[in-house]
Amino acid sequence: MNESVTIVRRAPAAAPAARPAGNSIVRHARYVVAENPVTGIAFGLFVLIAIAALIGPYVVPYDPLASDVAANLRPPSLAHWFGTDQLGRDMFSRVVVATRLDFVISITSVVLVFAGGGLAGIAAGYFGGWTDRVVSRVADTIMAFPLFVLAMGIVAALGNTVTNIVIATAIINFPLYARVARAEANVRREAGFVQAARLSGNGEFRILLTQILPNIMPIMMVQVSLTMGYAILNAAGLSFIGLGVRPPTPEWGIMVAEGAANIISGEWWIALFPGAALMMAVFCFNLLGDGLRDLVDPQRRT
Amino acid sequence: MIAKVGRRLLTVIPTLIGVVIVTFLLTRVLPGDPAVYFAGPAATPQSIADIRKTLGLDRSLPEQFARYVSDLARGNLGNSLSTGLPVVTEIETRLPASAELTLFALVVSMAIAVPLGILAAVRQGSWIDHVCRVIATAGVSLPVFFTGLLLVYVFYYLLGWAPAPIGRLDVFYTPPTQYTGFYLIDSIIDRDPGAFVAALKQLILPALTLGIFALAPIARMTRASMLALLTSDFVRTARASGLSNRTVIITYAFRNAMLPVVTTLGMVFSFLLGANVLVEKVFAWPGIGSYAVEALIASDFAPVQGFVLAMAILYVILNLAIDVVYGMIDPRVRLEG
Amino acid sequence: MKRGGMRRRDFLKSTAAAAAGGALAAPALWSPARAAASRNETLLLVTENGPNNLDIQGVGTNRPGYEASWNCYDRLIANAIKTLPDGTRTYDRDKFDMELADDMKIADMSVTFTLKKKAKFQDGTPVTAKDVKWSFDRAVTVGGFPAVQMKAGSLEKTEQFVVVDDHTFRVDFIHKDRLTIPDIAVIVPSIYNSELVKKHATSADPWGLDYTKSNTAGSGAYKVVSWKPGVEVVYERNDGWVGGKLPELKRVIWRTIPSPGNRRALMERGDADVSFDLPSKDFAEMKHEGKVNIISTPISNGMYSVELNVKNPPFNNEKLRQALAYAMPYQKIMEAAMFGLAKPLFGGKSNDVTSVAWPQPTGYATDLAKAKALMKEAGVGDGVNTTISFDLGDGVTCQPIAELVQESLGQLGIQTTINKVPGSNWRSEMAKKSMPLMVNFFSGWLDYPEYFFFWCYSGQNAIFNTPSYQNKDMDTLIDGARQAAAVGDDAAYAKDVEGFISKAYTEVPRIPLFQPYLSVAVQKNISGYAYWFHRQLDYRLLSKA
Repeated sequence: MNESVTIVRRAPAAAPAARPAGNSIVRHARYVVAENPVTGIAFGLFVLIAIAALIGPYVVPYDPLASDVAANLRPPSLAHWFGTDQLGRDMFSRVVVATRLDFVISITSVVLVFAGGGLAGIAAGYFGGWTDRVVSRVADTIMAFPLFVLAMGIVAALGNTVTNIVIATAIINFPLYARVARAEANVRREAGFVQAARLSGNGEFRILLTQILPNIMPIMMVQVSLTMGYAILNAAGLSFIGLGVRPPTPEWGIMVAEGAANIISGEWWIALFPGAALMMAVFCFNLLGDGLRDLVDPQRRT
Repeated sequence: MIAKVGRRLLTVIPTLIGVVIVTFLLTRVLPGDPAVYFAGPAATPQSIADIRKTLGLDRSLPEQFARYVSDLARGNLGNSLSTGLPVVTEIETRLPASAELTLFALVVSMAIAVPLGILAAVRQGSWIDHVCRVIATAGVSLPVFFTGLLLVYVFYYLLGWAPAPIGRLDVFYTPPTQYTGFYLIDSIIDRDPGAFVAALKQLILPALTLGIFALAPIARMTRASMLALLTSDFVRTARASGLSNRTVIITYAFRNAMLPVVTTLGMVFSFLLGANVLVEKVFAWPGIGSYAVEALIASDFAPVQGFVLAMAILYVILNLAIDVVYGMIDPRVRLEG
Repeated sequence: MKRGGMRRRDFLKSTAAAAAGGALAAPALWSPARAAASRNETLLLVTENGPNNLDIQGVGTNRPGYEASWNCYDRLIANAIKTLPDGTRTYDRDKFDMELADDMKIADMSVTFTLKKKAKFQDGTPVTAKDVKWSFDRAVTVGGFPAVQMKAGSLEKTEQFVVVDDHTFRVDFIHKDRLTIPDIAVIVPSIYNSELVKKHATSADPWGLDYTKSNTAGSGAYKVVSWKPGVEVVYERNDGWVGGKLPELKRVIWRTIPSPGNRRALMERGDADVSFDLPSKDFAEMKHEGKVNIISTPISNGMYSVELNVKNPPFNNEKLRQALAYAMPYQKIMEAAMFGLAKPLFGGKSNDVTSVAWPQPTGYATDLAKAKALMKEAGVGDGVNTTISFDLGDGVTCQPIAELVQESLGQLGIQTTINKVPGSNWRSEMAKKSMPLMVNFFSGWLDYPEYFFFWCYSGQNAIFNTPSYQNKDMDTLIDGARQAAAVGDDAAYAKDVEGFISKAYTEVPRIPLFQPYLSVAVQKNISGYAYWFHRQLDYRLLSKA
């Protein structure tokens, strides 16, 4: 007998809602982490990133905006752990302080696209008819665009501020969320608990928000973590074209984009450290997504 | 069958109309006034107004849109203001460059990702599974331009293994006669082994950069569908019948697992066409992505509109083709009406 | 089920077979590889941008387009080349060589050129005075930049251009202007093959601008044999060139490589021959490493400055502008932006200058105490909020400057947001004249201070007068200087020039920062490079060992 059959034999873990909350979630979480140590590492990284985002600006040794041109382009040393950039600013301070901005970019992007795409999708899946047609057409239209160029166009048109970068990211991820939400809501449209809620006299919108939304949340969560990683990469790509955040704001993407030109001249630290931080964050979000999927719906594990 | 395809095409038309309208509006909202740009240095308000008239930008928005649509109907995508060439010509020459790169990258990516996915599925839960997942995810966790520049630095600058990142063909080779625009194919038709090898060499680094980016979704999908299949009834029967592990995995599981992967490929392809833009900038690839980006930065409307339309049509055709092929391969799947 | 499965399997098998078959269908006989041009006779030039038009008189031609025009067309005369004490070669502002003309006779109110008898266009047609008049007429009639450039040398009306006979051409002056002769040597009055271009003209396009956009119709040393916009330009030598000594390079290939890091890598590995638009940092480092030759020349009549809009608050306040001038971190800026490859334009003895050298240092230096005192005198409190803008295309130099300026202004209590303006928008923004603070570069082709001031400080409020500075006294000084130059009155000239420079520095609508160097990287086996006022490459002078 080989390993694949062994997996099938294990009893599938029950969904958290079936048993009393708290205990079983923790136990289930521990089980998932034990089975998949990579998820555990990802979770630890996430906590680290969150801490850096919260307290980073207060504990860094240098002001991330203070230039010191006499000491520019220095490799990593005891005085400057990550070296200095072209204007002599301390790279370590900038990388740590950038965590907050990138974290904010990721989270606001997903909140926005969840609110927009997720809700539109649920409405489309639940109500069907014209709602479905309109939402699907909009999603298809956006999907037909080369997405990065659409993001570029939106940021170029609206101006390169953090807000607009977030809006652009949200717009180009809209179809994905709308589709997934629509599919899930469609499946649950005639489910027992929805019928029951209807019979109890709940209005359609109320059912949408109180019954369907919480039910599909876990599945959307997975998509959310992937989008968080994508939002940061998108900001980096836009910075490379010159449409990223405004200098001298420390943000991993723009630091990588500006440091990339220095790779050939040998000042590897200017691009490497923000690049590594960015990579770790996106990595962490992606793996967290996998872990969340395992936690929430073992049948869909990939 | 034809009826189904026809019906499917009908649903696509509103999408394309939406794309045309949105692009038109977006380009008009871009800051920057092409008239000022082309009035050149030392422009006076008079010369700017004159140029604006020549470019047709002084008309109202609906009027400009009407002109655009009527041009479109005749197959005229307008002229690029910065190069002066008709957009259609530019797209004709540049699209094969991007398509060749993307397809080659897909092939490279699949060559790595599919075995990775199968391996991870077959050895699920073991450390090999985790390593495969880490490798695949790592590829998609770095910005694509960074990967590209890093590869250039290591393989060209330091090691000298890769050729100069100077475009599709080394300077001292003449491109093969244009049959398809794909240098690899054209050089074979032309019976020019030198050009073929030169084109292939130039393709490797950029394709690798793009391919690394596409590893994750393909590997993930392969793993997922392999996993689902390895636990299915007919595979269990195959094993029980005493077939070797190899036969079971490759002949039975894999060939069925490829079906969902094929659909993912469609998404991955269009996603890559977007990421193309940055790779083309890094490797000086004369593709449609870099063309669109330069046009966008220069507020040059026609190429941006042409590019988006071309991509949208490509995407739609591709999805349709995949659905049709899928339907042919798997009789259980029916095209949506 | 079984039947369906069989069909599926067959289908998959057949597709695989077809694919494999296709690959094997290639014939056994291979034809020989195509002949490639020999490496030694070809120059490979790599830059960030290529031309968008091969004709400088075209609409919206970009800077790289000037290079194509320069090398593919001739002018009547050209500046001579001189060698400086440090061995670098540069154009000679005051001395002219004959190019298409054989002889130049300057009279009181006209100048007459005799054309070289053997001069032929690249298609074999002889060059006649008719072609020259047609070309000059074109330059002043097409409008836009060419017409304005011609006007700078008082070449304005087609009546000024006279065909005396087949080989004699005369330019009549409207009034005396020292800049007329030098203006005939700039790129704009190129000589076009009028018959060839007229064949392609239409009623909507009487000057054939569409044709010359992608075809070179001149008599120059090189002709464009292939142009793929955004990718490459391929030039081949015109062996019948009579404008000067026949160039050594038979073929020039100009490739667009957007990534500066890759351009540097190409140069250092010897895979490219010339590159001249790398960041200053790379030039400074490559100079140090010594793998390639770096030749640096100060850009004549050019300077980077911080420009302030003097029409709108807050910078319509002169004391505030002076405060800013004292707050600029000049030395830091030069190091961070240019890595030593620049001449400082600050820290001079005083703002009242005593020489006509241009550009020359202002009397400002970094002095935060003085700056703060002037802020108080200006009556400007805290809480000023402004934006500093620059051209994204010049971001490599301008961004560090903007960031350092932002930091310094912060110390004066002025909050600044940085605004990177992409591509074509920069011109639009300049035309709008609404940007409060800018980092900008200007250099004039004709290396005379009155020329710079004509464009940047005079009341005509040209697009380059980004501060929107309009002052009657300044105009009087500028006009006075131009007239003095026209008649050769050195004393009056010096007085007016020193006057307008001092005025500009005291009222400081723009704060000069530094005069940048133009650097070019060439492989060690390439020689002959000379600096031109248009800052583009002259292939005719280069040779490869």
